[in-house]
Amino acid sequence: MQEMANVYFDGKHYQVPSDLTIMTAMEYAGYQLVRGCGCRHGFCGACGAIYRLKGETRPHFSLACQTKVEEGMYVATLPFFPLNNKNYNIEETKPTDQVMMEIFPEIYACVGCNACTKSCSRGLNTMQYIAYAKRGDYEKCATASFDCVACGICSARCPANISHCLVGLLARRLTGKYIMPPADHTAKRAIDIAAGKFDADMATLMAKPKEEIKELYDNREIEK
Amino acid sequence: MIKPMVMTKESPFTPSMMESMKKLEATREKRLQSEPKRMSADEKRALLDEFHPDYGDKGFAKIEIGPNAGEKAPKELTALLHSKSRISGLDLDLDKIEFDTDVLIIGGGGAGASAAIKAHKAGCNVMIVTKLRMGDSNSMMAEGGIQASDKENDSPMQHYLDAMGGGHYYNKPELLRRLVMDGAKSIQWLEGLGVLFDKHEDGTMITFPGGGLSRKRLHACADYTGAEITRVLRDEVQNLGINIVDYTAAIELILDKDGNAAGAVLENMLTGEYLVARAKTVVIATGGAGRMHYHGFPTTNHYGATADGLVMAYRAGCNLLYQDTIQYHPTGTAYPVQLFGALVTEKVRAVGANLINVNGDAFVHHLETRDVAASAIIRECHANNLGVDIPGGAGVWLDTPMIDMIHGDGKIASALPGMLRMFMNYGIDMRKTPVLVYPSFHYQNGGIEIEADGNTSHIPNLFVAGEAVGGIHGRNRLLGNSMLDVVVFGRLAGQSAAKVAKSTKIGSLTLDHVKCYENQIASAGLDTGEASPILLPKYARDVNADKLK
Ligand SMILES: Cc1cc2nc3c(=O)[nH]c(=O)nc-3n(C[C@H](O)[C@H](O)[C@H](O)COP(=O)(O)OP(=O)(O)OC[C@H]3O[C@@H](n4cnc5c(N)ncnc54)[C@H](O)[C@@H]3O)c2cc1C
Ligand code: FES
Repeated sequence: MQEMANVYFDGKHYQVPSDLTIMTAMEYAGYQLVRGCGCRHGFCGACGAIYRLKGETRPHFSLACQTKVEEGMYVATLPFFPLNNKNYNIEETKPTDQVMMEIFPEIYACVGCNACTKSCSRGLNTMQYIAYAKRGDYEKCATASFDCVACGICSARCPANISHCLVGLLARRLTGKYIMPPADHTAKRAIDIAAGKFDADMATLMAKPKEEIKELYDNREIEK
Repeated sequence: MIKPMVMTKESPFTPSMMESMKKLEATREKRLQSEPKRMSADEKRALLDEFHPDYGDKGFAKIEIGPNAGEKAPKELTALLHSKSRISGLDLDLDKIEFDTDVLIIGGGGAGASAAIKAHKAGCNVMIVTKLRMGDSNSMMAEGGIQASDKENDSPMQHYLDAMGGGHYYNKPELLRRLVMDGAKSIQWLEGLGVLFDKHEDGTMITFPGGGLSRKRLHACADYTGAEITRVLRDEVQNLGINIVDYTAAIELILDKDGNAAGAVLENMLTGEYLVARAKTVVIATGGAGRMHYHGFPTTNHYGATADGLVMAYRAGCNLLYQDTIQYHPTGTAYPVQLFGALVTEKVRAVGANLINVNGDAFVHHLETRDVAASAIIRECHANNLGVDIPGGAGVWLDTPMIDMIHGDGKIASALPGMLRMFMNYGIDMRKTPVLVYPSFHYQNGGIEIEADGNTSHIPNLFVAGEAVGGIHGRNRLLGNSMLDVVVFGRLAGQSAAKVAKSTKIGSLTLDHVKCYENQIASAGLDTGEASPILLPKYARDVNADKLK
């Protein structure tokens, strides 16, 4: 006999095989998901799920596609949370000390309750990356927020109304665009190609009969 | 910071797995000193012929109608092409126009977002409709990286040669030329948008080797390359104020009386409401088909990968190219069951992890191309009977602890944080124990045929980009060439669609092509009993199945 678990979706009881994830258990229960399901492999953040285990006071925060069901689990899903999107122009947004104050001033109202870190479905130190953003350390914020999948659970918990994932995203874009040195070799190659430097060699290669291209391919040198 | 979320006291592996793992550990020292043998071209050919699912007839069915009639396709795709429209028999009022735009983009992944940005910058009014949320897509999931020949020892010609050989010489030359020539420019564009590439201190890109690549050409953002690129593109689309319509699927193309693409019929995924979108040009960027589970394989793909774009375009008269070739990723997760099918990124092989059978032997070189590696695993499990038993099947080991042994402690944690976390959730520490893998349906090599500007040859004003396209990668795509194709051909389609939109006058709208196609279905006596595109796979259990007598 398959081992079963008693779970509750939106308060309603179901018995499901205990080796399923919350997502596949919902499907076992008969839900044809439309919301709350994207990549199914832990990348997109569509499937935020909040659950409490029977008898416990503290809720848990997870991704439904990445979390195994447990006996006595009460689950609510969070397919969407209204974040405070700001339409900044990245070309005019520079990694200055004031930029976060201008775009996401609410982060300076952070009360340090750490609810964001405690509720991160990915186990990130969210409050720390917000702190980095506050003091203008965008590179550190970028690294610390890199694994964020933007499930939005932290923002739902935050008493200061911070849209954490958007703050991390801005810090990463600033770091990628302005703080890290640009790849000169990439720019140079793009210029050379645009100037037609490879056109002749490319045309020669493309004009070769298939057998000759095959020969070149089979004998090409492979960088170690 | 990465800790197991499910603590298991006992080992997560079965006793027979543990026994096999001992054999693997016994050969590791020796394997670290040597390299497995590479196969000759003839050996590869023979392996593919016998074991690659593409090469047999099993699981395929002949397409009976439309431009590709007489050719074969996976039987699940053929069934979609032989099915009726979702609006079959309905007389939809095409004068009730809900959305009127210059450029309509169908699909909110990397290709759709790139196209939208370019079309917007070209001065057009742009709208994206997407089935789930913007960004919920295969693009979000790409882990391994993105190719571009931007290093001194590399060139577009070298990139062309690798992709041509990898594609078994079926790539459309002019499309492949575009892919490799626009590589550096595309990476630079992403960098300028703020994508956080892995770099050395001085800004030089860190580039990785990969299966079938003759140069270290793979650019990465840890093992979240696709997520990083896609979330930046999505943010840019939002910041530009482009109209994004979530949870809305396109279900049929609309043409005008002159046969030009002129919009689409949309379906609200949550309410079922039909909506008419009229547009001067249309870009299909609907991605792949993993959720169709061709040949019964598990998949690495996102929930909405159901070949919708192919079905719509085919009904309207576009032809498909290489619709019979599918890429199976050699290293889908085989165990634990909760991760079945989930991708173990190719970077794991690229940085040195061997593929090992039940006896602890490396049976194939870990850097062979995907089709060869996948076929070798299928042979090892089913013909040689040297797979490791897993519940309901077999798999082989991917010897991940080798990575830190080769590159130093901490390499897995820094280069593969997503992978480490994924297995850690189930009590498996890939730094200490190997993981079990089996091929998974990863990528649709074929798709809608396009011409040099990203346009379709049969329907004016219709463009296609990304995984929905067939021809760029021939019959087998190399890793990292798809994210590149998404950006290169996404941008191209956006530019071309904007240019054409400027001189387009839309005639009166029609769905006659849908009726016409359905007549062909009827006269050929085809009836699958289903409507297509299916939009989402049916994963809900049939809860009444055992209630009925
Ligand atoms: C797990 C995984 C890892 C990968 N790793 C790599 C890698 O490392 N390097 C690489 O180069 N490639 C990789 N690939 C392949 C690559 O990610 C995809 O081929 C590529 O992202 C496809 O982009 P796209 O924009 O064409 O499609 P997608 O990104 O899939 O976007 C398609 C979009 O269209 C929407 N859509 C579909 N049908 C409809 C409809 N009817 N109406 C409206 N919207 C619709 C979908 O919901 C989705 O938003 C990987 C793929 C997967 C699945
Ligand atoms: S469905 Fe994408 S993270 Fe769970």
